Amino acid sequence: MTKTLFDKVWDSHVIDTIEDGPQILYIDQHLIHEVTSPQAFNELEERAIPIFRPKQVMATADHNTPTINQHLPIKDELSRNQLNQLSINCDKNGITLYDLGHKYNGIVHVISPELGITQPGMTIVCGDSHTSTHGAFGAIAFGIGTSQVAQVFASQCLLLSKPKSLRITVNGKLKNGALPKDVILYIISKLGTNAGTGYFCEYAGDVFRNMSMEGRMTVCNMSIEMGARGGMVAPDETTFNYLKGREFAPKESVFDKKINNWKTLASDEGAVFDKEYFFDASDIEPMITYGTNPGMGIKVSEKIPKVNDASFQKSLAYMGFQQGESLIGKPINYVFIGSCTNSRIEDFRIAANYVKGKKKADNVTAWLVPGSRLVASQIIDEGLKHIFDAAGFKLRQPGCSACLAMNDDKIPQGEYCVSTSNRNFEGRQGQGARTILSGPLVAAATAIEGKIIDLFKTRN
Amino acid sequence: MEKFKFLQSTAVPLDIENVDTDQIIPARFLKATDKNGFGENLFRDWRFDKNGDANDSFVMNSEKYTGSILVAGNNFGCGSSREHAAWALNGYGFKVIVSSFFADIFKGNSLNNGLLPVQVSEVFLKELMTLIIKNSKTEIEIDLEAQSISVKDTGLAEFFEIDSYKKRCLIEGYDDIDYLISKKEMIKQFELSRP
Repeated sequence: MTKTLFDKVWDSHVIDTIEDGPQILYIDQHLIHEVTSPQAFNELEERAIPIFRPKQVMATADHNTPTINQHLPIKDELSRNQLNQLSINCDKNGITLYDLGHKYNGIVHVISPELGITQPGMTIVCGDSHTSTHGAFGAIAFGIGTSQVAQVFASQCLLLSKPKSLRITVNGKLKNGALPKDVILYIISKLGTNAGTGYFCEYAGDVFRNMSMEGRMTVCNMSIEMGARGGMVAPDETTFNYLKGREFAPKESVFDKKINNWKTLASDEGAVFDKEYFFDASDIEPMITYGTNPGMGIKVSEKIPKVNDASFQKSLAYMGFQQGESLIGKPINYVFIGSCTNSRIEDFRIAANYVKGKKKADNVTAWLVPGSRLVASQIIDEGLKHIFDAAGFKLRQPGCSACLAMNDDKIPQGEYCVSTSNRNFEGRQGQGARTILSGPLVAAATAIEGKIIDLFKTRN
Repeated sequence: MEKFKFLQSTAVPLDIENVDTDQIIPARFLKATDKNGFGENLFRDWRFDKNGDANDSFVMNSEKYTGSILVAGNNFGCGSSREHAAWALNGYGFKVIVSSFFADIFKGNSLNNGLLPVQVSEVFLKELMTLIIKNSKTEIEIDLEAQSISVKDTGLAEFFEIDSYKKRCLIEGYDDIDYLISKKEMIKQFELSRP
């Protein structure tokens, strides 16, 4: 029988099936952070259950951390307490923690791949919906709630019903200036925010085959924004080359043996998916969102659609936009380049390449927040920091930052922010803040111009 | 986990689609290390303005609508995996959420907290929403054993789906941890069998 990539990884992790119910799925790697883990630790402690496999858990502090002066004690008492709690819990249970200040610290979905912890064929979970990022390696990776964090602590397993399968194929060649973020924003704008609910998605076709690992991570990261629990790309030479030599990746002969196994993971020819969508790469252009969910996206060159629907109009009212208008020329005062979607070195290279020799507009506050300490060092080593400094951008320290504004990095009420993050929900970046999602190129151009421009026109 | 079998209650109509977990509980309230107190900040930025004054036009601030059932628009609970959303709804006093579509992670989180997501057809949801908005005293019955939702004295009723394992968990009040721990030997065997 033919199998999909998803089937192969899932089936090899099923321990047992409850009659007329879910399956017991074994989890290879559990990632945790300060916000969704404390209640799970409490639960186990209250029930006197030990952590079953602490060596298969990796912890980092990212959601609630400041992005300036990380060497100083955290001012906010609740944030400080949450981070202390994580540190105590990890110490007590023998869990590796890359705490604030550690050379490996950063956003969980940035550091696990860059350290080689994320590998093809694995099952990976984390109490964070953007865990789908790791699917870029051909792993089954998905976000879980805190009760499930406790379940994995207790048993290294989860009880789950197998999701249905979905494949999105994008063939053809991307135009110059159309980035992985544009590809996924384009797909979500076509399919909506719940087309993937109940499904696990495989991305296939020329566009993903030719995409870098960082690009694939950007795409898989946002699978959840169309409702899919996760997204995957079949592992290939790009994957193996990325992994080779990374801190926790298998070494030498073990690595070669692993590659042989990873090569067998691709979906079989003729494998059947429950749902399929096809898109043409040549139709994809730089994208932006105009509403309050990631499905409300358009090409920068397009106008906001006219839709007669109360939820749609509520959303536009929040954003202060009109149906049928173009966003080109809209003044923007905040730009954020960061988040688990777009805070890797390639994102900063793209931004730096555009910004080089230019000056940020006076009205703009531009925050650059690298995904990890390692990315931050790379930005400095490659000389990108000089470019950003000269252009008036602020390079901050790593963390989730203004993506969800749990720390002090908040966009003020009513202000627009062109943001490379993943969610434009009401108040996501601060109470009353208005988020416009984009890729790093559109964000960088917005910071330079102080308004949204259609730079794509000049490029193709 | 608290047991759930049957509930009769009035309902609060939240006629908005795509309610995401950032609206249910904004990220700035996720700094706690226990599960208590989230109910106070449920739908915080819709219930209150920036100065903390109640927003009179929001349905939960209307004295008219009360009860432990929330009836919401399509695609409820999308976005973040934060279980704090389920804790906030629970903490506020809701026992059942009715919608025509739920996001995956939210649905799982609710079931793990004894909060029952009842998925109904779009037609049923529309009729139900209209009835409640028109008459806030409308009594709704949820019978988990029969998997039915019905509106008293109207004949409006529908069967709803739920995973049979999860149904047993809710009725008997036990959770996945109990089950998984009982399978530890099998899990160890699996680990040993892997290449």
